[in-house]
Amino acid sequence: MRIKQVSIFLENTEGRLDEVLKILAQGNVMLRSVSLADTMEYGVLRMIAEEPEKAKQLLKDAGFAARIDEILAVEVPDAVGSLAKVVAMIHEAGINIGYIYGLSIDGDGAPIAIKTDDNAKAEALLEAAGVKTIGMENL
Amino acid sequence: MIWNEQKECMSRDEIAALQSARLVKVVNRVYHNVEYYRKKMQAVGLEPGDIKGIEDLHKLPFTTYEDLRDTYPFGLAAVPRSELVRAHASSGTTGKPKIAVYTRHDIEIWAECFTRCLSMAGITKEDIIQIGYGYGLFTGGLGAHYGAENLGAMVLPMSTGNTQKLIDMMIDCDVTAIACTPSYLLHVAEDLEKAGLVDKVKLKTAICGAEPWTDEMRDQMESRLHIKAHDIYGLTEMMGPGVACDCEFHKGLHIWEDHFLPEIIDPKTYEQLPAGTDGELVVTNLTKEGMPLIRYRTKDLTSLEYDKCDCGRTMARIQRFKGRTDDMLIIRGVNVFPSQVEAALLTVEGTTPHYMIIVDRIDNNDTLEVQVEVAEDAFTDEIRSLEKLSKTIHDKLKLAIGLNAKIKLVEPNGLDHSDGKTKHFIDKRKLYQ
Repeated sequence: MRIKQVSIFLENTEGRLDEVLKILAQGNVMLRSVSLADTMEYGVLRMIAEEPEKAKQLLKDAGFAARIDEILAVEVPDAVGSLAKVVAMIHEAGINIGYIYGLSIDGDGAPIAIKTDDNAKAEALLEAAGVKTIGMENL
Repeated sequence: MIWNEQKECMSRDEIAALQSARLVKVVNRVYHNVEYYRKKMQAVGLEPGDIKGIEDLHKLPFTTYEDLRDTYPFGLAAVPRSELVRAHASSGTTGKPKIAVYTRHDIEIWAECFTRCLSMAGITKEDIIQIGYGYGLFTGGLGAHYGAENLGAMVLPMSTGNTQKLIDMMIDCDVTAIACTPSYLLHVAEDLEKAGLVDKVKLKTAICGAEPWTDEMRDQMESRLHIKAHDIYGLTEMMGPGVACDCEFHKGLHIWEDHFLPEIIDPKTYEQLPAGTDGELVVTNLTKEGMPLIRYRTKDLTSLEYDKCDCGRTMARIQRFKGRTDDMLIIRGVNVFPSQVEAALLTVEGTTPHYMIIVDRIDNNDTLEVQVEVAEDAFTDEIRSLEKLSKTIHDKLKLAIGLNAKIKLVEPNGLDHSDGKTKHFIDKRKLYQ
């Protein structure tokens, strides 16, 4: 299953992240996970929120470039080498991974967010191999 | 040293008589040989016979950058193609560059003018000179090169881009003179200091141009490198570098009035202004054959002084430049117009028309940053696509203006565009006094 991720373009200026989080807090949006990919000049803030559409709208209204993407949320078994196996399966199927980060939600194993260039194919592949995926309802 | 005393020290009466005779001739030439000029003169009811001397100069229409653009590339040539031996070019406000064409005689006059400048700076045939201007369409390299060869100095045609080699050869070959931009020379000075090599250098004289500079920069160059530094002025449209230069008294730049007729006008009313009054410098080519320009508006703000200089020269002196009447930026000696940047950005998908150019000078190196707003729909969640966008912008700008710019992507509406006429650049350098 896939989950919705809200991401925004963020300039590396003082207090910018603070501003974003305040907007979401005031809008009563519950964040489940965040990941910040940063360069020298700017960053991309990726968020898993309980109400992604509301989060996106709040941020857009505040002038941010915000978007929603579907990403794979995978329940990686809590054992050495499990993540390596998951990544190898995706890689061997010729699917590119854009980025990956850990999700801070409860589950049986270690929940991981994976963005690929073919989420549907990757999902089918992983489920066929018995790897559990997480949907929005599990957040 | 005065290279051509007969010309450089003429009395003001003699200068006026020579200029009048040459103005009449050049006006006749452009009227009969350049359709564009003929139409321009006819439009204001002027015939060549109406111009009897420099007192009639004010009757002639101005030539502007727009005229060069409208006649691009060779529409203002005043001789048949077979008489032209060279063309140079510099940036225009959008797309097409400004082109200047030369006959063999024009190249000789240019060399003579540049030689006078070198001589004024105290450079002789005994000197070994490095030319640190770009060789190519830019007038700096070849202009300085022909002038130095004409003088009889030994030329090392370094061009630009390799400071280490320039320094190595400066030391190994006992180089005594250099022609380059003032900011580049300060950059070289810094590298020499860092390497502890200043004492190994035999440099005595620098002749610096292609960008405005200040007395403070001269003091720095002279004290750090133990040299004498001179300011040289020129523009591609009129010829190239060597139109004017400052002597050892540094009381302004002597303009070669036997070849260039200068005047200062009020850029708003177009009225001629008296000596000592600030306004826009307007120059007429008196001897150029290939593409003589009549009353060309340089957009440079300055004033003129005509009293005899302590060096013995009588030729008028262009005073310190106060700025420009347009938004042209000179970055690392390259002319850049914000409109060029704008035109390049328009060809990049994923950006908005909102941008800001920030020019600064850090450690004597001009820095160029272009801030561009990312279009809302071009934003993606992947850094690599944003990096790709940034690289595309960089490459398009490099093609358009020939400079490497640091690209900074900013949030949509991240730049101030409350006013449609918002200034598109911030120049943090102190170029004008």
